[in-house]
Amino acid sequence: MKTVSAEQLIKTYDKGAVRALDGLSLDVTEGTVLSVLGPNGAGKTTTVRILATLLKPDSGNAHVAGIDVIKHPDKVREIIGLSGQYAAVDETLTGWDNLVMFGRLYHLGKQPSIDRANELLERFSLTESARRPIKTYSGGMRRRLDLAASLIVQPKVLFLDEPTTGLDPRGRMEMWGVIEELVTGGVTVLLTTQYLEEADQLADEIAVIDHGTVIARGTSDALKSQVGGERLEITTEIQDLVKVQEIIAHVSGSATHLDGRTVSAPVTSGSSALIQALRALDEASIHPLDIALKRPSLDDVFLSLTGHVAEETVVEPVQKKRGERK
Amino acid sequence: MKNLLSDSLVITKRQVLQLARIPELLIFSTIQPVMFVLLFRFVFGGSIATGQPGGYVQLLMPGIFVQTVAFTLAATAAGLAQDMEKGLIDRFRSLPISRGAVVIGRTFGDALLNILVLAVMAAAGFAVGWRPSSGLLRISLGFLFLFAFGYALSWIGIYVGLVVRDARVVQNVGFLVTFPMTFLSNAFAPTTGMPRALQYVAEWNPVSSMVAACRQLFGLENEFGATANSWPSQHPLETSLLYMILLMVIFIPLSVRKYANTSN
Repeated sequence: MKTVSAEQLIKTYDKGAVRALDGLSLDVTEGTVLSVLGPNGAGKTTTVRILATLLKPDSGNAHVAGIDVIKHPDKVREIIGLSGQYAAVDETLTGWDNLVMFGRLYHLGKQPSIDRANELLERFSLTESARRPIKTYSGGMRRRLDLAASLIVQPKVLFLDEPTTGLDPRGRMEMWGVIEELVTGGVTVLLTTQYLEEADQLADEIAVIDHGTVIARGTSDALKSQVGGERLEITTEIQDLVKVQEIIAHVSGSATHLDGRTVSAPVTSGSSALIQALRALDEASIHPLDIALKRPSLDDVFLSLTGHVAEETVVEPVQKKRGERK
Repeated sequence: MKNLLSDSLVITKRQVLQLARIPELLIFSTIQPVMFVLLFRFVFGGSIATGQPGGYVQLLMPGIFVQTVAFTLAATAAGLAQDMEKGLIDRFRSLPISRGAVVIGRTFGDALLNILVLAVMAAAGFAVGWRPSSGLLRISLGFLFLFAFGYALSWIGIYVGLVVRDARVVQNVGFLVTFPMTFLSNAFAPTTGMPRALQYVAEWNPVSSMVAACRQLFGLENEFGATANSWPSQHPLETSLLYMILLMVIFIPLSVRKYANTSN
């Protein structure tokens, strides 16, 4: 069952001069997390904004829980939550004020809004700061409150647009914990990110997008094996380098690569190649500094798919018209 | 539709809460008009001969009332532009609330603020010698006019905020519009001193009609009026009402539609 689906979305800005989305299609299976991974300007935010009814595509279809996003935006709004870099809360008000206000806007009664606000503040460890204005919050607290605001009415689908962009590592870890907990609760999530490890950590499936279209999709493992298999990698003292090269060549059966004091070569037999190499090292009385079976990282995946690394900040033509997207 | 009013009131309450959380906002939005009352009363009051019993302040107060409600247009626009910049409008638009509630709620909030500001100014005016002489009913009607005019203008503010989207730019645009609009009128000096062409502009200016209407309702002769013999200067009450209706008929649908399509 596909809870979110988008077909052939096209969105242009500046009278067609900038193609933000160029025939993008994707879907999310019920109860799973799809991570839309791509650099700045790839079209992640535009995709979320269309699915969350904030923006109409030039052409293409989109459905959330079977409801047409373009024809029935009001119905879609009742079942989605939106949080992230472009959805915000009122910074002059307190966390409590904000959540109660959003509760009222979801048409909960007065007391249910208050109860729900207290419940969410408790759940996101914000009870102590509930009566302070948001502008005194740390980045991580602010994001948690923002997320709480999108959960006032348990949404069927949650859109998280770069939920950890700009957070420090601690804030990011906290946010990941919160999102993982939500997913266990069964909500369907579409999450955009430019962090490969974030996609790796949170997503059931990953759609890699670049220049407004999906260029690859699959599980993290599938994407990694698409790029290539494992590599056996041994780092050693200089005097043992030659011997180690011989051992790796023997185990792998293909050419070795030398980088500083690290020797590596592709292997197909996985852990048994590792054991074989360890035995050979032991027989030759060599004590390596490090030995590992390396799987390709999502960085490698991204590089091989797009020809550029993911963190690279591509100047997004659309951002000059920042206002247009708001 | 059924939730339009209640949704709007939630948004209005948000503005009230903002004022409660940042009382400085409230203080500064009342200090400025009071300062204008004092400055005009004591800087110009002595040198402008009016022949009016009670002096310049009787003519000045309606002018400053109108100027003040006109200036709140810029605050409305800036507040909305700021919400757009911060992404708050995006969040509101992703909620299942009535179309129009967010902008209508804001005009209600600004209307409440206007009531408060008008009350503070009336008190300040009274303290420096303003004595409206037309009786409680007509005085109340005068304030009702001011309130309605402020409300109609706030819809221009809404539209400007949605179109310009940048709070700092909006502030400047706001002053660029409201300064000439309030000074190119009969609010502070008679239009008779202006070049002939400007007299016509001034007399067709909604601010002049409003000021003249308020002077009438507060019990004054329309002294700074009918120099160019224009219809508005002879019928300030009717003209003011027409202007208010016109503004709302144009800007309410325009703003609501702009809000709904603001991302495209």
